[in-house]
Amino acid sequence: MRTIPAQTIVDKVAEMCIAANRELPADVLQAFKTQQAAEENPAAKEIFRQLIENAELSRETGLPLCQDCGLAVFFVEMGEDVRVEGMSLREAVNAGMVKGYKEGYLRKSSCDPFTRKNTGDNGPAIIHFDIVPGDKLKIWMMAKGGGSENMSRVMMFPPAAGWKGLREFIIKRIAEAGPNPCPPVLVGIGIGGNFELAAINSKKALLRDIDDTHPDPEVAKLEEEVLSAINKLNIGPMGLGGKTTCLAVKIATAPCHLASLPLAVNVQCHSARHKEVVL
Amino acid sequence: MAEYTLNTPLTDADIEQLRSGDVVYITGTIYTGRDAAHKRLTDTLDKGDPLPFDLKGALIYYVGPSPAPPGRPIGSAGPTTSYRMDTYAPRLHGLGLKGTIGKGRRSPEVREAMNATKSAYFGATGGAGALLSQAIKAAKVIAYEDLGPEAIRELTVEKFPLLVINDCHGGELYTTPDLEKALAG
Repeated sequence: MRTIPAQTIVDKVAEMCIAANRELPADVLQAFKTQQAAEENPAAKEIFRQLIENAELSRETGLPLCQDCGLAVFFVEMGEDVRVEGMSLREAVNAGMVKGYKEGYLRKSSCDPFTRKNTGDNGPAIIHFDIVPGDKLKIWMMAKGGGSENMSRVMMFPPAAGWKGLREFIIKRIAEAGPNPCPPVLVGIGIGGNFELAAINSKKALLRDIDDTHPDPEVAKLEEEVLSAINKLNIGPMGLGGKTTCLAVKIATAPCHLASLPLAVNVQCHSARHKEVVL
Repeated sequence: MAEYTLNTPLTDADIEQLRSGDVVYITGTIYTGRDAAHKRLTDTLDKGDPLPFDLKGALIYYVGPSPAPPGRPIGSAGPTTSYRMDTYAPRLHGLGLKGTIGKGRRSPEVREAMNATKSAYFGATGGAGALLSQAIKAAKVIAYEDLGPEAIRELTVEKFPLLVINDCHGGELYTTPDLEKALAG
């Protein structure tokens, strides 16, 4: 049994929250540069220019990339041979998030659903736990903004809908979202599982790098197909037209009930902020 | 596509010359307001009480900035998605509001109200909060402090860069998604 002091987790999580909000992932920044060169529409080129400048400025000044520093979402893989000492793992992650959002001058966006009163500390963090073999603790942090999250959907299809039905739903969803979620977007798709697993998988899929390939070649083909279709919508960066409506489509699948074909579409804005740490 | 530098408060003549696609640099005062603040502004109007700022010729920026770090007037300050304020916007335009700043599409009701009142909808680049904050020289909370990031702030801006999305003549800049082509693959 390996022991990790809770304070180590608190400090690491705080660092991750601050860094995620200031440093655009390298793959996303590279995609901006590649697409800026590929675009012919001057408005689309100009949006990419601003986004690249914004990323540089954020890194230099420490200002968050986006004022919406998101709800803090965590995916935690806890090795069975790890013990956290000092407080519970949930408390440690939450305390680290609160510390990071306070010390990093990050916006607190969490509020009561009815009174709309701000909780004041961006809490509670949204944490998905997994118990895995081994003595490591792995934590992914994602700063998920509200504007893009509002454009996400879960749909329970009958099995007869098939891939054709799913594909149509995904493309129509992105078309309907249009300029609202800050395109170019990334699209996380959960297929199968059940109502809640599809949604969790659709978000977890967004942790993958833009240019990685799905290990299952059939799924990889579907990702390519949907990406190419969405980019024919001509929504473009910030809805001003162009080739780049979507930077990546990432699919995660799971076995589902005989009666069901669950689909979740998680829309991620271009400010695709996430970090990971292994302890 | 023309380029304009406009000073607040905005006049009918300022707005009438604009066409969707024009670039506009705003200098002067703009007010922040988003979901919860709009609800309170509307409740205030319902009660017949005065609003915390003068709507005549005013611009409302749909933004909830991040906290100002030491030595800066404001934190990151990019636009939030505008459709959530569509419920409230027509009434405010009717009372003299000349423009709103945000991102994303507006409802037909808001577009009609803008045409009827000679007002415009401006787009700022979403997710460029650090960059846009550079044009904000001063910020102070003038109402609803308890709303935190959603409080109404008076911003002093210098050459704040905007794009005209909806002009007062029915023009709109956003593209219509080519759904047929996308579905065909």
